[in-house]
Amino acid sequence: MLSRTADHLYWMARYIERAETTARLLEVGARNALLPNATGGYRNDWEAVLQAKGTLEPFLEKYRDTNHRNIETWLFFDSENPSSVYSCLSAARENARVVRTALTAPVWDAINGAFQELQQLHRTERSKLMVTDLTEWTLRACQLIRGAFMSTQLRNDGYDFSGIGTTIERADNTARLIDVKYYVLLPSASYVGSGLDQSQWALLLQSMTAQRAFNWSYQGEITAAKIADLLILNRRFPRSLRACVQWYCEHLDNLAENYHTGTAAQEVAHKLLDDLRAATVEEIFEEGLHEFLARFMARNAEVATTVHEVYLSGMPA
Amino acid sequence: MSATKPAIFNEMLNGEQVRSAYRNLEKWYRSMPAELRSLKQNEAEALFRRVGITFAVYGEGGDPERLIPFDMFPRVMTAEEWRKLDRGVRQRAAALNAFLADVYDRREIIRAGRIPEHLVTNNEAFEKAAIGFRPPRGVFSHIVGVDLVRTGPDQFYVLEDNCRTPSGVSYMLQNREIMMRMFPQLFMESRIRPVDGYAGLLKKTLASVAPQKCQGEPNIVILTPGHFNSAYYEHSFLADLMGVELVEGQDLFVEGDFVWMKTTEGPRKVDVIYRRIDDAFIDPLCFRPDSMLGVPGLMSVYRSGGVTICSAPGAGVADDKAIYTYVPEMIRFYLGEEPILENVPTWQCAKPDDCKYVLENLSELVVKEVHGSGGYGMLVGPKSDKSTIESFAAKIRKNPDNYIAQPTLALSACPTFVEEGIAPRHVDLRPYCLVGETIELVPGGLTRVALKEGSLVVNSSQGGGVKDTWVLAE
Repeated sequence: MLSRTADHLYWMARYIERAETTARLLEVGARNALLPNATGGYRNDWEAVLQAKGTLEPFLEKYRDTNHRNIETWLFFDSENPSSVYSCLSAARENARVVRTALTAPVWDAINGAFQELQQLHRTERSKLMVTDLTEWTLRACQLIRGAFMSTQLRNDGYDFSGIGTTIERADNTARLIDVKYYVLLPSASYVGSGLDQSQWALLLQSMTAQRAFNWSYQGEITAAKIADLLILNRRFPRSLRACVQWYCEHLDNLAENYHTGTAAQEVAHKLLDDLRAATVEEIFEEGLHEFLARFMARNAEVATTVHEVYLSGMPA
Repeated sequence: MSATKPAIFNEMLNGEQVRSAYRNLEKWYRSMPAELRSLKQNEAEALFRRVGITFAVYGEGGDPERLIPFDMFPRVMTAEEWRKLDRGVRQRAAALNAFLADVYDRREIIRAGRIPEHLVTNNEAFEKAAIGFRPPRGVFSHIVGVDLVRTGPDQFYVLEDNCRTPSGVSYMLQNREIMMRMFPQLFMESRIRPVDGYAGLLKKTLASVAPQKCQGEPNIVILTPGHFNSAYYEHSFLADLMGVELVEGQDLFVEGDFVWMKTTEGPRKVDVIYRRIDDAFIDPLCFRPDSMLGVPGLMSVYRSGGVTICSAPGAGVADDKAIYTYVPEMIRFYLGEEPILENVPTWQCAKPDDCKYVLENLSELVVKEVHGSGGYGMLVGPKSDKSTIESFAAKIRKNPDNYIAQPTLALSACPTFVEEGIAPRHVDLRPYCLVGETIELVPGGLTRVALKEGSLVVNSSQGGGVKDTWVLAE
């Protein structure tokens, strides 16, 4: 396969996943704004959400005021925000359009259809759009695209590259979402274990559609340790860090088998998987959740870089 | 305005009589309720949009992914009519290729005084880098699109030749797909020769011109300028049908004596490049240094026989409107045959006598730029007002070499769906001739139709539409 084709498939998948995360963040932020302000004087939750996405500054420059509607515009519609749902889905569609012939008709239909609907939403009067409508629409659109992909694409290398894109992005996003909760949302360590802390953890679960998974996997009340276990180490939960890493390891193994040769990308990825397999929640908390997540994101990014070098640049090292 | 309006040949009628080739279609049209017609029209549009057959026009505002209007009323040719066109087009493609091989080599036709030297060597499309080089099988132009018009039952004229990268063949194929899907009954009732062998034939043609250094199955690719190009859909469509890679310049590189493409498994050698970018952009080391579309060093690999480029750089010198006048001469000179298809009588403004005549009769002539394309930069005398004609005359006086003129032909008209039912609209036809080990074409072509009443301009960039083109079996 042409490296450029693989690259476009990889980025198409990443952008779809990213659009979904932005929508989930929007959901967290909106829900969070409905929670009672437990104590006076701590910073705006919305700002925290933007900070997590690394877009607080450009946002303030453009809108000044962090009101609900501005944030919604920024995170969903604004093409100046590279991680808005609009920007991500446009970029996904542009990547798909270039490799149109590497996609089945249902996949193209789903992507192109989502894009047309998005433009329709753009033209709709804003007072008629609820945040939940926007996030639900995004989740549905992304799931439809992925579903079409899973059920119709040939399981060739293109399938693997897009799978790698999805899971690298998802691992990064899950890590970021946990980080929002733990590092940014919580004003100080003294809130750990408080009522506010509890409801924020629950919200995080909700944002990842993980309440049911949590209940199936763990008994009793929601605690930080259990949630961290679910979102980081539980291999059965499809958004957990370990599940994502395992998933891309499988795709990389497929590639190695198809191409009759392994690569550095496979090694880096398997090393990360081994470490996650051996890790425990206690150790993670000991290291500090934020520190652990930052380290994970760096290693995940290293996998991405290596994939690019060995497959997507066309000139294997 | 010209005093006598020439009679227009209606493809469907012979006097008042419906021609036999159109009888089924006439019945079909008469029995089709208006609601069904608009339903089918919408269905066709949805199909085009879904498969992504759009004509990308960027930088003009509006919808960047425009549909070319599709007319459901097919244009039909009898077996007998086609036999003549088929032979005529193949003859022309053979002569054009013989001419190209000659002007880059011994230039016998010039030495024999049959074509003026300056028309060849001063031509912008003349490629010095091709001098003395013989491509595999001596073929320079592998896909020749010949534009034909008809003025009477037995009268076809060649309007121009396209020897570089003629486009539109994807419409020929898709128009047929969509008609078969929407009106299967029509195909059961008429014996229509299939066109879907085109992709196989194209692949066979490209494989047959693989370079000498190629061993085993040649690796064929299509080189596109990218998805912003208006014909990108066609490029990807053809790559898809042939099962070959669609590459951009950035996907290729030169190393050693070969061209390679970057794949996820490392570099892979490329043997035949069907390029859909212009000569000037192929190789920044040889042509335009600012080109980002091409491949540095490609020309040197080409010249050393490491890769075949289709069409060959320099092929454009044969499809120039000034050279066009000499194609019948080429046929006689190289093939020793009489031309089967006629040229439109053409005045060359470069010749003083011709130029004088043209300037005196502008209101009755069609004047074209020698290097123009797509219906731009032309004057349709009978449709133009006085001031337009005068300002065009000034342009001709300033640079006569740049213009040719032809009489306004009474282009045939084919029934076409309009608001009120059907009405005749002017059409032309572009068959695609493939030249490799053999010279072949599928029975059909792209019929373009001028949708505006009375208009003679059929170009898609000027609001023309397309039709399915049927060649009936014997």
